[in-house]
Amino acid sequence: MNEPFRSFVVIVGVLGTVLTVSAGLIWLERRLLALWQDRYGPNRVGPFGLLQVLADMIKIFTKEDWIPPFADKPVFVIAPAVVVVTGLMSFAVIPFAPGIWVVDLNIGVLFFLAMSSLGAYSVVLAGWASNNKYALLGGLRASAQMLSYEVFMGLSLMGVVMLAGSFNLREIVEAQRHMWFCIPQVLGLFVFIIAGIAETHRLPFDLPEAEAELVAGYHSEYSGMKFGMFFVGEYIGVTVISAMIVVLFFGGWHGPVLPPVVWFAVKTFVFICFFILLRASLPRPRIDQLMAYGWKVMLPLALLNLVVTGAAVLAHGGAV
Amino acid sequence: MWSLIRTMWKVFLHAFRRRVTILYPDEKPYLPPRWRGRIILTRDPDGGERCVACYLCAVACPVDCIALEATEDPHGRRYPEFFRINFSRCIFCGLCEEACPTYAIQLTPDFEMGEYHREHLVYEKEDLLIAGPGKYPGYNFYRVAGLAIGGKDKGEAEGELPPVDVRSLMP
Repeated sequence: MNEPFRSFVVIVGVLGTVLTVSAGLIWLERRLLALWQDRYGPNRVGPFGLLQVLADMIKIFTKEDWIPPFADKPVFVIAPAVVVVTGLMSFAVIPFAPGIWVVDLNIGVLFFLAMSSLGAYSVVLAGWASNNKYALLGGLRASAQMLSYEVFMGLSLMGVVMLAGSFNLREIVEAQRHMWFCIPQVLGLFVFIIAGIAETHRLPFDLPEAEAELVAGYHSEYSGMKFGMFFVGEYIGVTVISAMIVVLFFGGWHGPVLPPVVWFAVKTFVFICFFILLRASLPRPRIDQLMAYGWKVMLPLALLNLVVTGAAVLAHGGAV
Repeated sequence: MWSLIRTMWKVFLHAFRRRVTILYPDEKPYLPPRWRGRIILTRDPDGGERCVACYLCAVACPVDCIALEATEDPHGRRYPEFFRINFSRCIFCGLCEEACPTYAIQLTPDFEMGEYHREHLVYEKEDLLIAGPGKYPGYNFYRVAGLAIGGKDKGEAEGELPPVDVRSLMP
């Protein structure tokens, strides 16, 4: 197989898989939440309600796609696309299995961080362009939350980068052949998971949406497929963060017996379920609690982790 | 922090609990016999209409959803000319059942009355009237009441003494 054709197949495969998985997550989340709340969830359409996603898609595509007359039209239209595009771009650098990656970038970690930072624009722009006070409040909260949690999200990964001696995600996975980084970097993992939840503004850190206080936050004014884009974008975010946790801390495709791709999928699935479990069990903090928690607890923890890891790496004389 | 982890663990354990949902259309929920559902008009054990068109149900109804008009048959038995319940207004409070002196109007354990057209929720007498006596099988109002109708004079009801001549001085 020649090189351009091969990379084309990989790109299409990754895009298709990610979009299908993200759509399927809508069903999975509803079923799992129901399971943990002693209910059934959607179980009418198709086997186990699996076709619910299809029904939802038909519904959301045929809904009226309304742009409020008071909105800033171009920005209003672009905002939902940004979240999906940045989410999908993040998958470009993720190594799924040996040989299965879209691009083997030497600054993969930085690219991922850059894309998740750009994702913040989507929410901020949506909140601003909606020209609605609740949407704007949601956008404000989103910008504050995502900017402050991005700081130590990056810092928490530096320990991993130090241990692996590379920003390249493939080399980070290779470096975990003998020991997953979740053991030496347990603090980094903890900080990264929390930052990841805040980055994707998932519950319990869904303050930008906070339906109890802000209607629906930044996407109050969105309807039809534009709302669907935010929805899918959120699930793509969940998948990205889960995949990144697996790549950075849980040895990516490494694992006995099963083929590498299956290991990667299984690990990612476990973390996606963990995200949903968080949603099922934890209440939402106040915005000031969230900010205080970020700056006063998580940032010092991330810095401590960085210093200790740095010292340990120095003591061992270079990369472990 | 510990409490958060404990919460998550407890919520996770719910995965192994029995689900409380009743899968309704496949599995019917239990309705107690005194459930206040669809309203019916019953007949006495002899097959005659129990309703004597006294209007008490219509008066008791807080939403005014009952409409009827009284008439009389050749034997002197009162019955409703028409009896109409607008179920799009009915709140299933059961006050009509409590007001009824002859156990004619009764509420039943049935709530599956969905319709696509609102007009179809207006039930006429033929929709309401059932063949049986409902919740009170033995009861026949005219057989125990002291009212004189064709074929039954005063004093001939069950457990009723013959009428007393109040003007007579005899013991």
